[in-house]
Amino acid sequence: MSLIHVERVTKVYRTGKTEVHALRGVDLKVARGEMIAIVGASGSGKSTLMNIIGCLDVPNSGQYILDGVRVNDLARNALADLRNQKLGFVFQGFNLLPRTSALENVELPLLYDRSGRRRDTLAIATLALERVGLGDRLTHQTSELSGGQQQRVAIARALVTEPTVLLADEPTGNLDSRTSLGIMALFQVLNDQGITMLIVTHEADIASCAKRIVELRDGRIIRDEPVKSRRRAADDLEALAQPELAETA
Amino acid sequence: MRRSTLVKLAVDSILKNKMRTLLTMLGIVIGVAAVIVMMAVGQGAQSRIAEQIRNLGTNMVIIMPGTSQQGGVSQGAGTFNRLTIEDAEKLKREGLLFAAVSPVIFSRAQAIGGEGNWRTFINGVDMDYFTIRDWQAADGALFSDADIRAMRKVALLGNTVAINLYPAGDAVGQQIQLRNVPFTIVGVLAQKGQTAGGADQDDVIVVPYTTAQTRLSGWQRIGQILVSTYSPAEIPAAQEEIRAIMRESHRLGVDDDDDFTIRNQDELTETASSTTKVMSWLLAAIASISLLVGGIGIMNIMLVSVTERTREIGIRLAIGARGSDVLTQFLVESVVISVLGGLIGVAVGYSGAALLGHLTGWSTETPPGTVLIAVGFSAAVGVFFGFYPARRAASLDPIQALRYE
Repeated sequence: MSLIHVERVTKVYRTGKTEVHALRGVDLKVARGEMIAIVGASGSGKSTLMNIIGCLDVPNSGQYILDGVRVNDLARNALADLRNQKLGFVFQGFNLLPRTSALENVELPLLYDRSGRRRDTLAIATLALERVGLGDRLTHQTSELSGGQQQRVAIARALVTEPTVLLADEPTGNLDSRTSLGIMALFQVLNDQGITMLIVTHEADIASCAKRIVELRDGRIIRDEPVKSRRRAADDLEALAQPELAETA
Repeated sequence: MRRSTLVKLAVDSILKNKMRTLLTMLGIVIGVAAVIVMMAVGQGAQSRIAEQIRNLGTNMVIIMPGTSQQGGVSQGAGTFNRLTIEDAEKLKREGLLFAAVSPVIFSRAQAIGGEGNWRTFINGVDMDYFTIRDWQAADGALFSDADIRAMRKVALLGNTVAINLYPAGDAVGQQIQLRNVPFTIVGVLAQKGQTAGGADQDDVIVVPYTTAQTRLSGWQRIGQILVSTYSPAEIPAAQEEIRAIMRESHRLGVDDDDDFTIRNQDELTETASSTTKVMSWLLAAIASISLLVGGIGIMNIMLVSVTERTREIGIRLAIGARGSDVLTQFLVESVVISVLGGLIGVAVGYSGAALLGHLTGWSTETPPGTVLIAVGFSAAVGVFFGFYPARRAASLDPIQALRYE
């Protein structure tokens, strides 16, 4: 059984009298260890799909099974626990708590962990920050960090509960191209370590870092194929760091 | 979420908005302080009245002439003065529970002596009177049993009389004329102050009851008999004993009503303090309105805070906070604000009551347990007024909240 199993899922939003069909029957299977880019124009339904996969929303019809759990009929609290245990989120706007240190931000999901299996939350949060290369920024306030660093804090926060799936919604949308490459390089390293990843983006070069591309239009999947020539973000970053060499080479 | 974490979250959030929190707290501070000050003033007035009545004497029971009826028409209390020296003597002889018994003969007279004259009350008493009323001579000495038996013309001046007639303080040893009878002043009594009703207890001249009967009024009957018991607990039993002895002394039949009235200090206190009690509750009720306003202030700020932190709530929900986690977080925050405000309010209230007492000379007294009540009450205010905003925060949709700008 695949890790993520989305079957004929539809989602309709009602705003006043108008109905918006955000998803019109989507099928998607994701295996463990995949790295998928979900692309599409705005309004194509990719954010809605992401919200459903992220257990922030439930479909109107069809079914969604995450790691063997049927999500459709779960109550609010059960959804919250599922988000805490199995999912990690990275957002476009970082969504860190203001006036709070990097360490406290990363610790946050552990505080909501009801299983109580992790006692030393600060030590675990420190490890997560070291994993994204911010071991020297533990006590910095979020406002004292650059955009790239903030996104790394957000990634550390997503990783700290050792989730089954990491979901990123336009993770590089607010970053310059060079910092974006750095983030994508980090994602690729994490994916190589075995974390399943879904990334929503509308940038082709970001999407080409993934192993598989799923394209949506008007609430339907119109393309689902492996990436032919996968980009290694780390290599490109290295090339950027030594422009003269790159030119001569 | 652990309890320590919740409190830490609340304290963090409060510290991040110091000015706002302080102003919100101020509402609770003023409310709690106002309630405490008002209760202190009310309680102070009540205990002052109680103390003044206690000041009349210790463990005292008063026997007064009772109502009598003539042909079915009530003549009111004291119409027929049926208290006699024999009653007092019988009580003294037969009573087992009485520490002291003294008749009091009331009279009024113009006292002439020293600087001029002074109209005052004359009380004719037995020696026990001074025990019952716990009254000593401030100057000179009390008269003695021998003076009473010999019906000597000796007098003790109350402080007010002494000040008015002998401002130089040389009253003892001088002669004073009461109804043209010369009395020797043997002493000046210690100052007692006013009664609960505002009467000056020191505006009096005390003489032996024997002398009063023979030289001043000529009455055989007396105004009051004062009895004291050994302890407050014995007062009810003593009242029963008094009644039995008095009925026998007055030869009342089984069907006859009492022709005397027995009152103890508790009854006097109760009557006198009931008005003050109503007043102090009224004051506290008015003060608690400001506590209510303070609570509404908390609710207002918490609503603003929830709106302002919508995105934060969205983040918390997205990473796995349950609605109840968010609810508790905001509830703890409002309770911390209100309890902190309550504690500061207690401090302000206590010092405010002390200051008010100092400035106005009113006796203020903070009832015990006020701190607990105030803190408990402000915590309740925090929960009550914090619940709606917290509930609102907890029921936010995570997707909407994350999108909130």
